[in-house]
Amino acid sequence: MCCKTDTNPDRVSALSVPLRRVLDNRTHGQRGGERNERGKRVTVNMTKGQAISLEKQGGGSLTQVRMGLGWQAAPRRGLFGKRTQEIDLDASAVLFADKQPVDVVFFRHLVSDDGSVKHTGDNLVGGAGQGGDDEAILVDLQRVPVHIDTIVFTVNSFTGQTFQEVQNAFCRIVDETNGQELARYTLDGGGNYTAQIMAKVHRVGSGWQMTALGNPANGRTFQDLMPAILPHL
Amino acid sequence: MTAELVRGQNHPLPDTRLEIRVSAGHPVLAGATLGDDQGRVPGAEWIAHPGAPSLHGVVVTGEAAAEHRLTVDLEAVPGAVHRVSVLLALPGARGAAGAARFGAVAAPHVVVAGHDGSEIASYTITGLDSESAVVALELYRRQGAWKVRAMGQGYDGGLAALLGDQGLERPADLAAAILETVAPGPAPVAAPPQRVPEAERVCHTAPVTSADAAAGTPAPVTPSPVTPTPVTPTPVAGTGAPVTGGPTPATGTPAPVPSGAAPSGGPIDYSHPRRRAATPAPAAEPRQAPPAPPAPVAGDASGWSMDERLYNQVWGMFEDLARTAAAYRSACEFAESRLDRELDETLSDYRSRVGGANDSARAAARARHDELVERAQAVLDRDLAQLAAESAVVEPALPAAFARWDNPVWHAYRVPAEEPMAVRLGDLHLPERSELRIPMLVRLPLERGLWVDSGRGRSEAAGLLDEVELRRLALDSAVAHTARLLAAHPAGQFAVHAVDAAGAGAAALAPLVESGVLAAPPARGAAGVSAVLEQLTERVDLLQMALRGGAADALPPGLDGARQLLLVHDFPHGFDDRAVTRLRYLADEGPSVGVHLLMVADRQDASAYGPLLDPLWRSLLRLTPVPDDHLADPWVGHAWSYEPPILPPGSAVLRQVLAQVADARR
Repeated sequence: MCCKTDTNPDRVSALSVPLRRVLDNRTHGQRGGERNERGKRVTVNMTKGQAISLEKQGGGSLTQVRMGLGWQAAPRRGLFGKRTQEIDLDASAVLFADKQPVDVVFFRHLVSDDGSVKHTGDNLVGGAGQGGDDEAILVDLQRVPVHIDTIVFTVNSFTGQTFQEVQNAFCRIVDETNGQELARYTLDGGGNYTAQIMAKVHRVGSGWQMTALGNPANGRTFQDLMPAILPHL
Repeated sequence: MTAELVRGQNHPLPDTRLEIRVSAGHPVLAGATLGDDQGRVPGAEWIAHPGAPSLHGVVVTGEAAAEHRLTVDLEAVPGAVHRVSVLLALPGARGAAGAARFGAVAAPHVVVAGHDGSEIASYTITGLDSESAVVALELYRRQGAWKVRAMGQGYDGGLAALLGDQGLERPADLAAAILETVAPGPAPVAAPPQRVPEAERVCHTAPVTSADAAAGTPAPVTPSPVTPTPVTPTPVAGTGAPVTGGPTPATGTPAPVPSGAAPSGGPIDYSHPRRRAATPAPAAEPRQAPPAPPAPVAGDASGWSMDERLYNQVWGMFEDLARTAAAYRSACEFAESRLDRELDETLSDYRSRVGGANDSARAAARARHDELVERAQAVLDRDLAQLAAESAVVEPALPAAFARWDNPVWHAYRVPAEEPMAVRLGDLHLPERSELRIPMLVRLPLERGLWVDSGRGRSEAAGLLDEVELRRLALDSAVAHTARLLAAHPAGQFAVHAVDAAGAGAAALAPLVESGVLAAPPARGAAGVSAVLEQLTERVDLLQMALRGGAADALPPGLDGARQLLLVHDFPHGFDDRAVTRLRYLADEGPSVGVHLLMVADRQDASAYGPLLDPLWRSLLRLTPVPDDHLADPWVGHAWSYEPPILPPGSAVLRQVLAQVADARR
């Protein structure tokens, strides 16, 4: 009989697997039209622990959201000075079905299996701290599998610095269809924490709603945050 | 008993389901507005009129007519609504044919009847003169019960003034829009209201109204000899009313109800009054039936050339299929686990074991499971339909190297001037939709050798065939792969060597041999095998050296830059230890210098070598001569069924293509 290795699936050799935006985007052609109907919204600047519900004006629901995370890189030291200690913050998204984690999108799994949630890639050092996103997670809510009812966004300090030690760190939730910022947290100087449970996007009726959570926590990756996430579901 | 009301008089209503009949003797427009306790109507979506004939328990006739029947279900009216005003307006007020003032026409007569048709009250609106719109009746709440009051409040300023009086903003635009809906020419006689479609439409906004319809309110159908045809409002294009923040798309929940506490503070909706009727359709569409996706186009991907775009598109389809199947499987798995958990819970609950509660809980759990699976299936079906449509346009557009053997493009085959990005080694599909096949495209130059497994493996399809047949199929598909690789390369850029130690594959190899595309006749016997292997080993060695030393021009003159393929049949027959070692060397080092392996072998035959050959097998891309699910995609890792390329039965395409290849070399 055949050896066990024989039955192992063989990965299709793909020298360069092209990236493609999963099943569309092309299907949702009416996005441009929606833009006009959207009302103006003011960014909510939030303090930790504050929870608010956000909804599109007119009761419509969100279709594409992005969680952006930005922070300022640690200053470079001279060649013979002390070594620079890089700051690595990580954005993650956990997909839940009825309080059960089903899938996670983080720096080691950049696209959810179903393709609806995408991480733009790990940034290990931070950026200019001028407000641009250094890491981002994109969610196409129309493609989220039917059983997923909540997506929780988290931020972790992988290198262990607390948010007090990070300059110009923020995270924000953006309505990706029109660039409107829905909520923004300023992380730096906020406290002796290494993680934050940012927000959750959850199903309401046939649409989606976002609730900003801003719950401080501690942990290196999203796994450490699971106990802290569960009460928010 | 009919109470004949005079202006201002009120009358209790014994019934909450009412029919209001209007006879005017002249075409009029009938409508109703829903107002709060101050009499204010919060927005245009609270007006029932021909353009939006059904609304929260009120259904009006969809056209201007001399006779109207409005149905009202006061129980379906939202709690915040305190007044329902029945209004009449002259459609001719805007200059069309017809009277512009009520004074010029017969006094309208209004009857309030119970749902069984018995008259409760009636009222003749007299004393009107220059008015072109009038509030005929008002149904209002009084201490929890509903009453009717005869109003007869006319407006010289027409419908616009009437609506303005009820607190609506931009009444002129609203009035214009409403009158526009009946503009195309009023019908002379009351049209039988189309109750069923209307009730259906109402379901989206006010579910209770459908109950009204279901409960059998007498359908007020008066078969009239002159039935005007279009009862449903014709869509009006370009009415000037602004559309802002439309009446809550997508959710299907009723718009905010005017609250009694803050009657005037509520947001005023400026939406086009006609949007009400239209909203449920587009709102529901994106969910149930997404707007037909744009027709797929072949080459709809990024890339510098059409080949690259098609290649990217095929890989995109591959990824999309993997992901959509992942979403479906994950949902089903979750539904399954939830069902298990819930069934366990019903078992562990001692209290419910005796009663029927247990059964109903189990039934509910099953229903929840089925519902979720059904929704997941709907999404899957939608995506698969889109992919199938894409596949239908992409397949015929593929160039020969990417195309199936039955694609007509092969009949127009010409030896290419440059090699394509990839070649198709077969098809891939998932059990969810086995007829949706994704071309398995593998980049050129090949990164690893190929192995057509002639063993049984664990494949069911292979288990059904006898060993000889399986081996024959394996060699056939290896020959097809070889032919495709030959056809994909420019003339003289691809040389094929064959090893068939026992000569068992002579028949299958015949197309290659006879067309003269082989570098030499298939090597026979141990000596032949050693010779071929030695020649290739030397080649790899020299090329490696030249590559490392950066001295490609120092290669001996006999060594051309063509890629080499070694087709090995019947391994390890005819191989001694030395030959096996050489073969392993070729498998490891060959691909980087363009020397590739195509093995046709059954691992069992080489079992004497023990685990020593495992690395060899693992380094090769395993293909099968029969469908088998042994390949995984790089994103999710589903097991994909691989299907070998199939030559159309009786087709001469393989020989034709090989003949072209051989011709081009001369």
